[in-house]
Amino acid sequence: MSISSLNINFSAVLPEIFLTAVALVVLCLDLILPKQHKSILGYLSILGLVLLLPIVVLSAGTSASFGGMVIADHFAAFFNIIFILAGIFTLMISMDYLKRIKSNSGEYYYIILFATVGMMVMASSNDLLNFYVGLELMALSFYILVALRIHERRSAEGALKYFILGALSSGILLYGISFAYGSSGTTNLLEISRQTGNISSRDSFLLLALALIVVGFSFKVALFPFHIWAPDAYEGAPTPVAALLSVGSKAAAFAVFIRVFIVAFPAFQPQWSKLLWVLSAATMVFGSVVAIAQKNMVRMLAYSSIAHAGVILIGLLVFNQSGVSGVLYYLLVYTFMNMGAFTVVTLCVSPNQKGEMIKDYKGLASHQPVVAFSLALFLLSLAGVPPTGGFIAKFIIFAAAIDAHYYWLAAIGVLSSGIALFFYAKVIFYMYMQESENGMEVPSVGLAYKLVFLLSAVGTIVLGVYPSPFLEIGVNAVKPFIP
Amino acid sequence: MTLDVNITGFPLLSLITFLPTIGALFIILFINKEWENGVKWSALTVAVATFLLSLILPLTFDTKSAALQWVEKGEWINRFGIQFFLGVDGISLLLVLMTTFVTVICILSSWRDIQVKLKAYMVLFLLVETGALGVFLALDFFLFYIFWEVVLIPMVFIIGVWGSARRLYSAIKFFLFTFVGSLFMLLGILVLYFYHGKLTGVYTFDVTVLYLNPVAPRVQLWIFFAFFLGFAVKVPMFPLHTWLPDAHTEAPTAGSIFLAAVLLKLGTYGFVRFSLPLLPNATLTFSPWMIALSIFAILYGAYVTIAQTDMKKLIAYSSVSHMGFVMLGIFVLNLEGLKGGLLQMINHGISTGALFFLVGMIYERTHQRMIGDYSGLIKVVPVYAVFFLITLLSSMGMPVTNGFIGELYVLIGAFRAHWGFTIPAVIGILLGAVYLLWMFQRVFLGDLIYQGDSPLNDLDLREKVAMIPIIILVFWIGLYPSPFLKITDASLNNLVQTIEQNSKKSTLAAEPFAGHHERLAGFRHGSTPLAKGSDR
Repeated sequence: MSISSLNINFSAVLPEIFLTAVALVVLCLDLILPKQHKSILGYLSILGLVLLLPIVVLSAGTSASFGGMVIADHFAAFFNIIFILAGIFTLMISMDYLKRIKSNSGEYYYIILFATVGMMVMASSNDLLNFYVGLELMALSFYILVALRIHERRSAEGALKYFILGALSSGILLYGISFAYGSSGTTNLLEISRQTGNISSRDSFLLLALALIVVGFSFKVALFPFHIWAPDAYEGAPTPVAALLSVGSKAAAFAVFIRVFIVAFPAFQPQWSKLLWVLSAATMVFGSVVAIAQKNMVRMLAYSSIAHAGVILIGLLVFNQSGVSGVLYYLLVYTFMNMGAFTVVTLCVSPNQKGEMIKDYKGLASHQPVVAFSLALFLLSLAGVPPTGGFIAKFIIFAAAIDAHYYWLAAIGVLSSGIALFFYAKVIFYMYMQESENGMEVPSVGLAYKLVFLLSAVGTIVLGVYPSPFLEIGVNAVKPFIP
Repeated sequence: MTLDVNITGFPLLSLITFLPTIGALFIILFINKEWENGVKWSALTVAVATFLLSLILPLTFDTKSAALQWVEKGEWINRFGIQFFLGVDGISLLLVLMTTFVTVICILSSWRDIQVKLKAYMVLFLLVETGALGVFLALDFFLFYIFWEVVLIPMVFIIGVWGSARRLYSAIKFFLFTFVGSLFMLLGILVLYFYHGKLTGVYTFDVTVLYLNPVAPRVQLWIFFAFFLGFAVKVPMFPLHTWLPDAHTEAPTAGSIFLAAVLLKLGTYGFVRFSLPLLPNATLTFSPWMIALSIFAILYGAYVTIAQTDMKKLIAYSSVSHMGFVMLGIFVLNLEGLKGGLLQMINHGISTGALFFLVGMIYERTHQRMIGDYSGLIKVVPVYAVFFLITLLSSMGMPVTNGFIGELYVLIGAFRAHWGFTIPAVIGILLGAVYLLWMFQRVFLGDLIYQGDSPLNDLDLREKVAMIPIIILVFWIGLYPSPFLKITDASLNNLVQTIEQNSKKSTLAAEPFAGHHERLAGFRHGSTPLAKGSDR
């Protein structure tokens, strides 16, 4: 292969280059700036991400470059926007959070930026190896971020679990990739699909590769029974990081999930969709049921995010256009509603650990009406109650499932949504219908929080009331893979 | 069903539906929550304005036509063929009027009852009204579902925040029951949507289009079951009714009124509007079961009611029995039965709503509502006692009151279907007389016993003003029901025909490749050819 046939087109990776540059600038400034001025780094990082938005939109739609390793299509752009939004929200709530836990580490900011770069590389990779590099960049950044409060026992435990299981799952994933390469002779997704179209689907090595890749992914998106790291990691991590972990890393993993299964292995759809059926059903039921028993707010949200991953998986495994575009729509809505919910939790958690328990939220509505109303809105959206975005997202996914005759899976999904309502509603009921017990001290709501509340609330409602344009964007993004 | 294009082009139905929401926003933005009178009066103004606006509907309504009137249509989510589609016909008109009327009563009944967070309460109440009106007016199935759920959240809050002792438990029970039920209904809607789409190539949630081509009978059975879970929880029908006594008893007075008068009707309306014409074969198949459940509800509800000692709970349980009557009327599937069922929905709304209001009045004064706490009240509060007696007789179905006409039609319908159905129904009416009159006797007659500290005053002007229109309606429908029945005539006739035609049509659609004559023969013998549709 000559250099010219590599077709190097830097505009395809312009967003990644830009963000890496911003991150490096922040890194260098961190060395120079005195400790009390580290918040400048935060503002700079946010500015970088905001400027990245138009770049992503404008550079979308280029064809594959770097020898087919990278493809900056509309699909990648859609996911990049999700990562950037999640990154912006995370940074906005982090600045106040870091002040409160009396941490003034500048590395926090650029590591978040590097994590975002990793996610972006994943979403736009068209090659198994390239996406693995992105995944590792993201994962390594998260290992550090989760361990930020390392002096706390819980945090150390969560970080260690996350690191060990994360490393293990990366290994399993790579093992699967190596089998895929061995059977098809290439790591390029399009090439794989061309190769596997010919090989009989009984090829045991490819099936093994698929199974290993599924397991690796299941770790990353926290599907039952590969979810055990998630609640501990979420609980141990700084709350804004847990938010980014639950939204960004999940979305990135689903982006690759879609690329690998829909683009590279469509010939094996009957096989992997059976496997995913079981995982999805088990995850939805397990996540919803176990979340009921949770007393800690972050752990509850962790199990809720596990259950959501199960629902999102339905959209992938039904293997039709509306299902896959539903995955995109779901993740967009999820960004707003879950970020919003985590923002409230970030606000309420104080260094003395008050505000971590669900019962601490009792009576919140009477002294913090805005915060309580926002949380109620996000939780109702997570539960899938109209007229919020969460409902439309679930509607699209279940509609796709029924269109493809997955009646039982849809019924299980609906039932687990009903179970899930219980724990979401419990928090709302505590806030509005019970008196405060120990007087959680919620600090005054700063401008950054207000802005995040406003943006998430607007996103949640607009996506619920006027979904049409966003739906079309999602459909256009997946059209090239699945007509 | 034909469409009557809205000639005036005026979005009256949208205005009626969303006026309460606009009013709620106005209250949120411009009225300080400390200024309680301002909140109350503006909520009342909005409710009365909505009611007056809805009165345009019967005045302009063409009773000879079964067509949808005042139709509004607009695109909403094109990808799924979802529209913003409102329209009114003889089935929904009376229910819309009842909803706007009852909301006024509800707000009047909350005047002194609600002491805390008054502003939030009024806002939620107006939102509930929008939801309920939307349910009755929406003709796009998706839009219907949205409104259906919009009703839920404010109602849960009304029960949970302003209710009495066990409010939290009741609110969460109500929330879970109805939400899970309606999720299954959503699945049913989706199955219908895709089967209809595959059958005709038109993917739409437009009910008027869905009416034209019913899906295959075997699929109908599943969809019927899914709809059943959604609607029957709201009605509530027998095994799914357990949320009702809790919610009705624990809710604040106005909440109980609205639950009984409007919320329960959402379920029965759903059966009439959607299950019957869209799933005619399944309706025919299931109607014996539905009738059996209704009759059981009539008897069981009445039997349990007799044992109640709490006045509010007594009325709550009586709803189970009364709604059984409505369901019986609907599922005997003839014109008289449907007419009686529809009228009985209105009657139950008026009578039971008024009974909750009356119990609320005395509870507000004394904070006691056990039957045993009172005796001989007629000596202290004669006006109250008279109002109570009239309402109670109307609930019992006494001739010259509204209840009589409704029950009579249901009984005629039931008799036409099978004479045997009327026997348990009549026993139910008798039991109704037992529990209601017995309660009246214990509370109002005999020697005066009242041991509370608070003064027991007779009704004030506000309460009388609220009760008088109810009493007028009781006698109006009781003595001269034809204006009300006339409104429903054309639409119900059309409905009965649609069921008949569709049940034949869908059998034809079942197996497009089978021989024509065999299919017809199959239908005549009552066997339903199996449709192809497998689950992976």
